[in-house]
Parts: sequence; structure tokens; C-alpha cells
Amino acid sequence: MTPRSTGAPHETVERALELSRADATVVIADEESTANLRWAGNTLTTNGETRGRRITVVATVDGGRGTASGVVSRGGATADDLAPLVLAAEEAARQSPPAEDARPLAGHRAPDPHFTAPPAETSSAVFASFAPALGATFARARARGRELFGFASHRMVSSYLGTSTGLRLRHDQPAGHVELNAKSPDRTRSAYVTVPTDDFSDVDPAALDAGLATRLGWAERRVDLPPGRYETLLPPGSVADLVVYLHWASDAGRAHQGRTVFSGRDGGTRAGERLAGLPLTLWSDPAAPGVAGCPFVLARASTDSLTPAVSVFDNGLPHARTDWIADGVLRRLPTTRHTAELTGLPHAPFGDNLLLDAGGTGGIEDLVARTRRGLLVTSLWYIREVDPMTLLLTGLTRDGVYLVENGEVTGAVNNFRFNESPLDALGRASEAGARRRCRSREWGEYFPRTAMPALRVPEFHMSSVSPGV
Amino acid sequence: MPRTIDETFLALPLRQLADAALARARSLGADHADFRLERVRNANWLLRDARLAGTADATDLGYAVRVVHGGSWGFAAGVDLTPDAAARVAARAVAMARLSAGIAAAAGSGERVELAPEPSHGEQTWISAYETNPFDVPDAEKTGRLAEWSRRLLAAPGISHVDARLWAVQENKFYADTAGTVTTQQRVRLLPELTAVAVDGASGRFDSMRTLAPPAARGFEYLTGTGWDWDGELARMPELLAGKMAAPPVEPGRYDLVIDPTNLYLTIHESIGHATELDRALGHEAAYAGTSFATFDRLGSLAYGSALMNVTADRTAEGGLATTGWDDEGVRTQSWDLVRDGVLVGYQMDRRTACMTGFERSNGCAFADSPAHVPLQRMANVSLRPDPEGPGTDGLIAGVERGIYVVGSGSWSIDMQRHNFQFTGQRFFRIEHGRLAGQVRDVAYQATTTDFWGSLEALGGPGTYLLGGSFMCGKAQPGQLAAVSHGCPSAVFRGVDILNTTQESGR
Repeated sequence: MTPRSTGAPHETVERALELSRADATVVIADEESTANLRWAGNTLTTNGETRGRRITVVATVDGGRGTASGVVSRGGATADDLAPLVLAAEEAARQSPPAEDARPLAGHRAPDPHFTAPPAETSSAVFASFAPALGATFARARARGRELFGFASHRMVSSYLGTSTGLRLRHDQPAGHVELNAKSPDRTRSAYVTVPTDDFSDVDPAALDAGLATRLGWAERRVDLPPGRYETLLPPGSVADLVVYLHWASDAGRAHQGRTVFSGRDGGTRAGERLAGLPLTLWSDPAAPGVAGCPFVLARASTDSLTPAVSVFDNGLPHARTDWIADGVLRRLPTTRHTAELTGLPHAPFGDNLLLDAGGTGGIEDLVARTRRGLLVTSLWYIREVDPMTLLLTGLTRDGVYLVENGEVTGAVNNFRFNESPLDALGRASEAGARRRCRSREWGEYFPRTAMPALRVPEFHMSSVSPGV
Repeated sequence: MPRTIDETFLALPLRQLADAALARARSLGADHADFRLERVRNANWLLRDARLAGTADATDLGYAVRVVHGGSWGFAAGVDLTPDAAARVAARAVAMARLSAGIAAAAGSGERVELAPEPSHGEQTWISAYETNPFDVPDAEKTGRLAEWSRRLLAAPGISHVDARLWAVQENKFYADTAGTVTTQQRVRLLPELTAVAVDGASGRFDSMRTLAPPAARGFEYLTGTGWDWDGELARMPELLAGKMAAPPVEPGRYDLVIDPTNLYLTIHESIGHATELDRALGHEAAYAGTSFATFDRLGSLAYGSALMNVTADRTAEGGLATTGWDDEGVRTQSWDLVRDGVLVGYQMDRRTACMTGFERSNGCAFADSPAHVPLQRMANVSLRPDPEGPGTDGLIAGVERGIYVVGSGSWSIDMQRHNFQFTGQRFFRIEHGRLAGQVRDVAYQATTTDFWGSLEALGGPGTYLLGGSFMCGKAQPGQLAAVSHGCPSAVFRGVDILNTTQESGR
């Protein structure tokens, strides 16, 4: 038998809901398309254009001791796979003990008027103007003695959510970015930049390369500095590297259990405690311009292995602006309905964007101009948690640490390994620039929508020197 | 029990799709084309305090076509299982190659993609070594076992919380290329893990201890007594965690270390495994995963470590997470040396990087983690050989006057050229006058790769050897995850920098 295609995603959702014999059911159909280019040494190394489809069925079964759930996903599922997929989810629910996060599914709302529309799609056509400009940039870099390495990616996911309680929601999420790394021919000097983009119309590879050429020029004077604590200027992307991890570590349930840096000494959490001297406000908002995210909960599994807990039972609940920190005070920790009840905190679902503001103005160049002596750290790398009690993170500076003296960059400094807690770093931050849309180098693939200010952090702890370039 | 390829995978229209895709690629002028259809099933069961907290059971099914056309790579992937759709994906791959060729022309590049030759292997089938496919075991039995283990730990004094997780993967791959190699393979792997947490309400201190059982390319028998002593480990954990909670903080300084294989495997992964990837040495990962200090011009001359150091790459070892019969370029997998008597003597490579550096043949390290991803050079099982005459771990400890015995992996981080690293662990014991003298806490060791391996002074014997591993090693853009094993004995390293992590945080 020749497998058939599934048909339109909204029809797949409806058909799966019809097939379900569970007490309650959630169906999520994701349609994905991607296009990417990758290069090294001024030439392309790999590329790709992909199409994918995933259907997730959450079946819940009520029993005497509670409600159990079964969650099964199939990538590339066809119409023929729907019935076995729904059955597999129901069987998984029947085999499972009651789920601790079980709650009634979200109730009926007016359906999304675009629910029946075809999925949005990307393709290599998104590179129509970018690709030739990239080729010309390679030529110019080669002529001027620079090697370019990097990656350009564009991804579109259309998600259709239907529930047996009547929800019919749909969200299209684009995500694009470019990373460019320039090295001197002997590879002893290196500079890097990454920028987010919706459609590549606003990306000029020649301009990015020119900025990196300036930084390689700064690196012609090399200054070796020992480990120590340095006043450090972090541009928005480096701030995102730290703040995204901080937010991931902020699960309310684990904090309430006494297991995180957000745990209170009295058995509760640190909600309400002042964390920073600057008037820092950290929030998520699905409607934030430039970093807009999904306006409702889309949970394809209940898990808390890295990010704060999410619950499949919360699917479809609305996301609204949530202030995690306001004016330097911890206001909220991410909760599911389950952990909100456990902790007594308000329900605050984990969102998919983060914005930080500290009332500052200007960019990193303005902070540089006001610096007597400090380090400008343009990117961080290989960030890992060392101690959850202090949220000590370790990682490395990479592709551009510069010495700032009397308001100017005066040379490039060796790389360092840092050991620093992002909570402490935010707490010590003494000055901020204006918020900018940016991309975390370390976590951008998993958490692409961020807007952060540049920060001045006194006594950033550089634990040892790294000879890596 | 004889293992067979999953019938439901064989029932997919593998040949029809491959034939359609390869024929279209040929007709459009491709010099080389390969077709890969994969079905990868990933399932997780997560319990908190013996209660089910979440499950996920996800299967990816799709296929990819990769071509060399006009001297450029082209890659495309799709999911619709019809010959027409497969042919369209092949056409998109050729279009991507043309896009690449256009960029190369604009760049003035004369470089053309060429591959190291590989003989046609005809039709081949390969299945990894396991007894019971974890997906043949009812979910209730899996979660029941995790819950029972969790309850055992929770019943012990001082244990506040227990997280339990089981991750199971079944990977089926069908590969066909224009040279005539056709392979059908099946692999199974498991990662079981329990973490016990102690919270001291009075002080606000908390700490945790995770089981040491490594992920393994084994079946469900791994949870029922084959390959790991779960009962023994779970019985010891409460006392060990209580000891860790009561342990004094470490005094920073230089110490001799005896490193258990449950910790050393990850140091090998980061400082040797990744550093000897040829694509990194050539700069292909420069903007992301990084390059390597072990550059190609140092092959045969780089003093990697002490003369005791012999490191082998092996994609054929039974039970290895990176073990397979053929790689994702149709290359028969192999075993070879990376470091011999302390000197760099080999790399891990794929057909492209082998050709670029003049090797006659790839050593079979191409791998893609999903049908939507392009194959790239990924790690073989990279292992440190024991000393055939070496002592047990107690014998190594007996030779240390003042040191620390490091057990289990914790956090890990290394720089982009694989010089500077910092690792923690699960358990740290002081060594005084050749004997263990209680636990210490807040320990991290920090070193530079060649200094560290240069300080290797003694290796344990074969009795100390353990095949550890990582279930999700990240590399490439778009990001890919691979599983890989690392075997090693216990080993002694002299004069390594130890940090106190609380002091590092400035507290």
C-alpha cells in the first residue's frame, strides 16, 4: 500500500481528535521547513533545505487514583499512521500511573481564524539576495587576508493545537539568524558576530564582515593579562548567554523543594527578594515587537530536565506578559498549574522569549566610552553549571576579549575561563545600555528570541587563562 | 535471542524511494548521490519522588538526499513516502548544490568537493548487540522499576528527593548510494539515571548524588542485572550522600588525582575525542564547536601526553554507543589508533576530510542524528587503553601520598581549541598516605590538555576498565546530538589544580 500524505494539518488534528477514545485529548500538528548555509575558510561546507511534519497526541485517562497521560509523537506521520498513533497514546496513558501535573484541559475559546489556513513555509529562496552578497563577501575577505566561517539559518514552524475541550489554536513561528566568524590567515586573531533576522532582508554580510575586520585590527596589539576579577562590559548577546540560563534555573517547583539558587531559607522561594541594585526588569511577552513568541502554551511533553517545568495539561492556556524581575525584585518564578498549587505562587507559564531592561540608554560603544579600564567580552562559550546552590556557571570567553582604557579599545586580550553566577553578576551590574534584540551564542538555537541591554559588571571572575583562539 | 531488523521498518518503501531519488539525482547530473531513510524512536520516562512526572515517546521518520553536483554539495530532506516526493527532494538537493556553486563562483573559489574512494559493499545488514529491545517491554514495567528504585532511596534517612529518568532510543537506518552500497541497520541504546537530593533546612544547604551507571548500547537487560549492579549502587548512595553533605570543603591547591573511569571518560571525550576530529582540525567547526590544538601539521609529532597514553578510536566495539556496521557514507566501520605512546598518530574523519588531507580512505566517522540533518564527522568510541600489568584502583591510591580520588561526572567545560578545561564530579575522597580519608566537597579540577595528559603517571589494570559514555554529544549547525562511548581504566595524574567551587563563586 502506498502511504498517503496527511492532508492539511488542521484536518489531521480534527481526524485524530475524532479517533480518540480517551477521556480527554490534545493534538498538536507541527509543520516545519528550514533552509541553511554553512561555510568555513571562505567557502561553503554544507547546506540544506528540509521539510518535516510532527504530530503529537496527548491522551488522558481518568482512573480511581487520578488522571494518567500518554504522550506520543510521530515525525513524518501519514494519514495511515493517525489511528495507531492515537491508540499508542491511549495505551501509554492506560499503562501509566496518575500524572502529578494532571489538571482539566483548558476550556473552549473562539477558534483561531487562521486555523484552517495552510502552514507557513520557508525555503532556500529566503537567501535570494543574501547568497550572492555572501559570495562577494568571501571574495573580498580572501582578497584582504581574512578567513570567514559561519552559518545562516531560517526556520518556519506552523503549529496547530486542538483539544477535545474545543480549543483550535494556531501559531506560525519564524526564526532566522546569521553567525559570522573572521580569522586572520594564521588564525591567531578571531572575531565573531551573530544577528537574529526574520527574513534575511535586513542582513548585510559585507557590513558584518567590515565590523569584524575592525575588531581584527584591534587585535593587532595583543595584551596578556592574568586571571583575576575585572570590570567587564558585556554586549547584549553575552548578557543573553547568562540571563537565559538564569531563567532556565528558575523553576518554581524545584525552588520550593529547596534545590535551587531561588530557594528561600524558610522552605519557600525567594520571590519578593531584591536581587539587583539596578532597576532591572526581566519579562516574557508573546507580543513583544521583534521577538514575538507563541501566545499560548504549547507543551509536547511534561518535563523539567533543563528548562522550567511545563505540563501537557496546560496546553492552550494563554501566555501574557509576565514580569519575572521588576525594578530589581524577584516577582515570579515559572510555574505550571500543578507547581503553582504546590508552591502557592501565581500561575506563570514558561514563555519562549525574554526581555531585560535596566533603564539604560545607548549601546556597548557608549559603555566603552565611559570606561577607564576594563574588558570588553564580545562572546561567551561552553557555559555549564558547576554548583546549583550558588548557580555558579563556568565557561570561556571566545573570539574577542578587548582591553578598554580611557574610553577606547587599546588591544586584544587573551581568552579566559570564567567562574561566575549570573545572579550575582546581575546583582553587581552597575550600568546598562538600552535594550536591543540580540542572540545568545550559547543558547540561541534553543532560545532564539531575546532582547537585552549591554551591562557593566564589576569584578567579573576570570578564573584562569585559556590559550584557545 | 537472534536479533532481526524491525519488520515495520523493512515494510517501508525503502527501495522504491531510494531508487526514485538516486535516479532523479543522476538524471540531473549529480556526480555522487546518497539516500538515507531513518526512523529514530526516542522515549523518556521521568519520575519525581517515585511519581510519574512526564513521558515522551517521539518517533522521527523521514529521508534525506545528498548530492555532489557541479563540484558542490547539495542536501535536502523530506517526509512524504512516495517515489514522486523522493524525486522532488533529490531535485531540491541539486538546487541547493547549484545555489552553493553560485556562491562559490561569486567568491572566486575554485575548490570542488571530492570524496575519498570507498568500495561498493553491496547489500548489508547490521544490528547492535542487545538482548531485549526496551520498546518490547511494557511502559508499566519500566516506570514501575524506576519507582521502586526511587522508593528505596527515599526510604533512607537524609534523602529529601529522588529524580529518576530512563531514556531509550531505537535507531533504524537505510542507506543507498550511486556506487551501489545498500545498508540496513538497527541500534538500541539506554540511559537510566537516578539522582538523590539531600536538603538541610537549617542551613539551606543542599547537595545531590547521581548514579554512576553509564549509558549503554544495551537492551532492557541493562536494568535487570546485566552490565551494572543497580542493587549495590542504590544501597550505597544514601550513606555516600550523607557523607558528602557532612564533608569539609576542599582546600584549593595542587593535588595528585586518582580519577575513576566514571569521571575520566568525559575528560577523554572533551580533551581527546573532540580534539582529534579532523573536520575541527581543518576549521570546519571554527564558528561553532571550535577547532583543535591538534592541527593536521602536528600529526605524528605532537606530544599529547605521557608515554603511558595509548588511545584508540573504535566504531566496532560491542556495546559502544558509537558502534555501527557502516557509517552514513557507506563506509565500513573500523578501529585505529589516535594516540600511541603519548604521540598523536591519527584522526577521525569522513570521506570529504579524508580526501582533503590525502588519506586513501575514510575511517568511517560520518553520522547524522536525524533524517533532516546532513552527515558530518562524528566521534568514534574513543578509549584509553589500560596497563595490562596495572594494579586495581586501591593499588593506584596506595601510591598517592596526598591527593583526591574523583568519582562520577559532574559539570564539564573546555575551550574552543580543547586546551583549557574544568571538570567536577559526583564524589571526591581525600587520599592521605595511600588511603582514602573521607569525602571533601566543592571540588573542581582545571588543567590544560597536554599538561594534564603529560602528568599521567600510572594506569590501572584491565580490572579497572569501564566503558563509560555520553548520550548526547553536541556538534555542528544545525545542531546534532550523537551518542558515544569511552572506555578507560582508573588513572593517576600528578599535580593537578584543584579549585574550591564555593570560593570560585566569591562566597
